Amino acid sequence: MPVLARLEHIVKDFGAVRALDNVSLDINEGEVLGLMGDNGAGKSTLVKTIAGNFQPTSGTYVLEGKPVLLSGPADARRHGIEVVYQDLAICDNLTASANVFLGREIMRRLGPLKVLDHKSMNRRSAEIFRELKSETRPADLVVRMSGGQRQAVAIARTRLAKSKIVLMDEPTAAISVRQVAEVLALIRRMKEQGLSVILISHRMPDVFEVCDRVVVMRRGRKVADKPIAQSSPEEVTGLITGAIQTA
Amino acid sequence: MSAPDDHPGMEIDLLKGSSRTLLNRVLLAQETWIAVAILVLGLVVSMIARKFATSGNLLNIFQNACFIGIMAIGMTPVIVSGGIDISVGSILGMCGVTLGIVLNADMPLVVGIAATLAMGVLCGAVNGAIISYVKLPPFIVTLATLSIGRSLALVLTNNQVFYEFGHATDAIVALGGGYTFGLPNVVYALIIGVIVLHFLLTMSRWGRYLFAIGGNEPAARLSGIPVDLIKISAYAFSGFMVAVTAIFLVGWLGAVTNAIGTGYELQVIASTVIGGASLTGGFGSALGAGIGAILVETIRNALLLAGVNPFWQGTFVGCFILAAVLLERIRSVRR
Repeated sequence: MPVLARLEHIVKDFGAVRALDNVSLDINEGEVLGLMGDNGAGKSTLVKTIAGNFQPTSGTYVLEGKPVLLSGPADARRHGIEVVYQDLAICDNLTASANVFLGREIMRRLGPLKVLDHKSMNRRSAEIFRELKSETRPADLVVRMSGGQRQAVAIARTRLAKSKIVLMDEPTAAISVRQVAEVLALIRRMKEQGLSVILISHRMPDVFEVCDRVVVMRRGRKVADKPIAQSSPEEVTGLITGAIQTA
Repeated sequence: MSAPDDHPGMEIDLLKGSSRTLLNRVLLAQETWIAVAILVLGLVVSMIARKFATSGNLLNIFQNACFIGIMAIGMTPVIVSGGIDISVGSILGMCGVTLGIVLNADMPLVVGIAATLAMGVLCGAVNGAIISYVKLPPFIVTLATLSIGRSLALVLTNNQVFYEFGHATDAIVALGGGYTFGLPNVVYALIIGVIVLHFLLTMSRWGRYLFAIGGNEPAARLSGIPVDLIKISAYAFSGFMVAVTAIFLVGWLGAVTNAIGTGYELQVIASTVIGGASLTGGFGSALGAGIGAILVETIRNALLLAGVNPFWQGTFVGCFILAAVLLERIRSVRR
């Protein structure tokens, strides 16, 4: 699998605290990478570095063969890196389609004016939802949707931008068991379309069901990075807690 | 809200669009219920007081409602974006005084109108700028400017009343107090305001962004929406509509006192909320603001004609605000 992004010896300090300690990581095309670790292990710092929120203290971030210094999330988005936030960052009072196109609406001409092209946006959203095999309907208000459908809306936003890497922060944390299956199906769908997905999760079964590779963080260091088939939930638990040092 | 496990309409075809019928939507709309309330109230009162249902009185209600209604049109985008503007009464004072001073100096009406509109936009933009850039709560900021505006109106006029508008006297009185095709001019202003705002809220990027900011401001920011500018423009729009009201009101009254518009903020906010705007942001409509204003004015007028002591007016208007907010709660459960 071709490497899409590569982190080389990334260190991130916050004052005296070393949040990331010499972390190297490959992000491959069409791969779902599970990122696990206890609270404070450095998961979010790593994700925020990849997403451009943080600039590394030292180390290099190579994107499609070129070293980059991302100035912020908007810059990362321009490079095809999208984040699906845990709180989803969607507006409950708007329709699914309005959320998908928020900030990049399709406009049409009406005489001298430019007005929202509801039809085109609904059609395009319906296409994306169909690609994701989601039952979400573009004209429905998000407030009436299930957790799984809300995830579909948030993911559809990233599809619009033709992203290459999608970071998902605890997408299955706050939803029912049935909806978890829906979200995992969405992740598989993204993988089929050649996207790299980084799944940050506490839920062991989800990671083992959908990920190709698992990376475990502990105290700012990467303590494991291996194909999921060669690991086990017991081993990962041991790595997270420190019962197993590295694997 | 439905339970998270409940998938309403999951089995429905993706392309069928909304599953709710037009009738269902009309029945769910707050505007419909307000219209029903106006009709019921009107029927009851016309049985008590014969004078209520005369064309003269109904026209009177409509005309009075227009002044509040136009300001409610301005208030709607502010409330939709999750803000509030309680300084509208004082902005009305500033605008009225501006119009009085300019026309009193024997300037043409066009100059007076331009100056008044500019004053309204300026006052609103100042509110918006403080809220957006100094990041103070809208309630506090506009409470402060409510006080400042009223005081500046006194300073500017030195407590003088204007009833001489130079060459423009006839024109301004004809504009504010005159009729076109049998209806007061101000009625057309309200109708145009409703249509323009409806278009802006449903068809423009500006409207879409207002709803997004009112629904989830951090999400709007993450989506790259210029949140600060949109908020400032919402308050500036409110100021503009207040200025429009000032022009008609001064023409209708034929005079400007610096107390003009005192206490209007309550009626304006009441109209907007009764019309279905949510004070927590994210919901509201142009038609609702207009119809809400008509209901508030109908209550006032009906109580007066029914011989109820006018001291009770505030109690009734307050109860209707509570009822409207409760109705909104019930609706959102059914949604």
